[in-house]
Amino acid sequence: MAADRVCILAWLRRSAEVLHEQRDYLTTLDAAIGDADHGINMDRGFTAVMDKLPSVAEADIGTILKTVGTTLVSTVGGASGPLYGTAFLRAGTALAGRQELQPADIVTGLEAALEGIKARGHAQVGEKTMVDALSPAVEALKVAVASGESLEEALYAAGAAAEAGMQATIPLVATKGRASYLGERSADHQDPGATSVTLLLRAALNGK
Amino acid sequence: MKKLINSPETVVQDELAGLAAAHPDLVRVDFTNQIVVRADAPVVGKVGLVSGGGSGHEPLHGGFVGRGMLDAACPGAVFTSPVPDQMLAATRAVNGGAGVLHIVKNYTGDVLNFEMAAELAQADNIQVASVTIDDDVAVKDSLYTAGRRGVGATVLAEKIAGAAAAAGTPLERVADLCRKVNTNARSMGMALTSCTVPAAGKPTFELGDDEMEIGIGIHGEPGRTRMKLAPAASIAEMLLSPILEDLPFRSGDTVLAFVNGMGGTPLIELYVMYNEFARILKGKGITISRNLVGSYITSLEMAGCSVTLLKLDDELTQLWDAPVHTPALRWRA
Repeated sequence: MAADRVCILAWLRRSAEVLHEQRDYLTTLDAAIGDADHGINMDRGFTAVMDKLPSVAEADIGTILKTVGTTLVSTVGGASGPLYGTAFLRAGTALAGRQELQPADIVTGLEAALEGIKARGHAQVGEKTMVDALSPAVEALKVAVASGESLEEALYAAGAAAEAGMQATIPLVATKGRASYLGERSADHQDPGATSVTLLLRAALNGK
Repeated sequence: MKKLINSPETVVQDELAGLAAAHPDLVRVDFTNQIVVRADAPVVGKVGLVSGGGSGHEPLHGGFVGRGMLDAACPGAVFTSPVPDQMLAATRAVNGGAGVLHIVKNYTGDVLNFEMAAELAQADNIQVASVTIDDDVAVKDSLYTAGRRGVGATVLAEKIAGAAAAAGTPLERVADLCRKVNTNARSMGMALTSCTVPAAGKPTFELGDDEMEIGIGIHGEPGRTRMKLAPAASIAEMLLSPILEDLPFRSGDTVLAFVNGMGGTPLIELYVMYNEFARILKGKGITISRNLVGSYITSLEMAGCSVTLLKLDDELTQLWDAPVHTPALRWRA
């Protein structure tokens, strides 16, 4: 089964709802090891995305994703603005002109997003960042798609892998971003960026 | 939460409107792009200086826009980096044909957004140089962190680079002077209380009535260690020792000492601290030839202070002494 533009728009809408609902949760996670603004910033960014989407509702999926990217860069601020913005811009570029996505295309898009985040943030797995959730999610999605699982099953696997990656950030000592200023004291806290990545991937299932 | 605001959502715009209303001779505010620009920008033939960062550190940066310091400031939401659109608009607004210097405090968000803005400005054929300020010695091991944070030295770098730009110095040289300030300055801060981000509505962290946090940043992010409150003299030692060891500052050095309030600390306490710092430095044979005492880079209503030492030579001293006229810093003009 493929995902068309309607699915993508539903996912984005569901993402905005989830980020709004989880705004205080993300901000509380960020207060422990960062600067207490992640939920506020993501909510602001996706609210702006919702305002912007009607203008591209008839466009191809690549254009929709690129519009999300530029909107996030322009409205989120912090580190997550350029990082999420770059992720959506890269995914949109990789999927330029597409009207619907086969499971393999979703792998392509998410791989491009992951590479964008790693390049912009100079981060690798294990540094207590968004990458710790997104990287295993991409791997799980790739494996599921290659073994011929349905899109829903593959997305479920990706969401579960992201969640495991997110939980695995708890004992980690941060070496990137503001949490790294805490050194050892950043351990025992779940990374807010890995958490928002997980929320977005989980929203893909609910949004279908 | 008790604050003098209309609403958390409008606090930054309301503050900018106040700044514009109070200082129309010095600055104008472009509300569409959310930037503070020197009233007579762009100054033809002069290097433009742009800085920016999250709001909540006032007077940094908007209060330093004017003559002899910044040409534009990009305020983000409270404690949140501004976005590339703002920085690009500011860069365009102050480009007088001699290029633009971005002065960036070393926080991942600020760095990434300024990086994107510099790429966009260069695509616009505007010559941009960037200097990252990272003077906070509280961050120990830079190999395993995002690097040292930019704190008090930012104020000194903006003043000194601003004076150089006002004198007609070319872009690369202004950038070098800005780097020279950063290389020769070290800071360390502490907090007595937390602060409350208006949109969050509750204190960012908890600190007991008898506790203090040493090595605090300027966003309520926790510091190096938490301990029982101590007399000013011992706090001064705790803040100065890592600074002196780090550069290192040596007997015979001449310095600018900047004692900064975090937003909720009265001048009476800052002067108590200045006295302790001066006593320690005198004992080490270090001469304070210039000083700045007051709240210039703050963390909302946080109580506490930071100290910055800048090793001075004749060049930096002359640029520090040069006329400046901004909402928050003014002398000889």
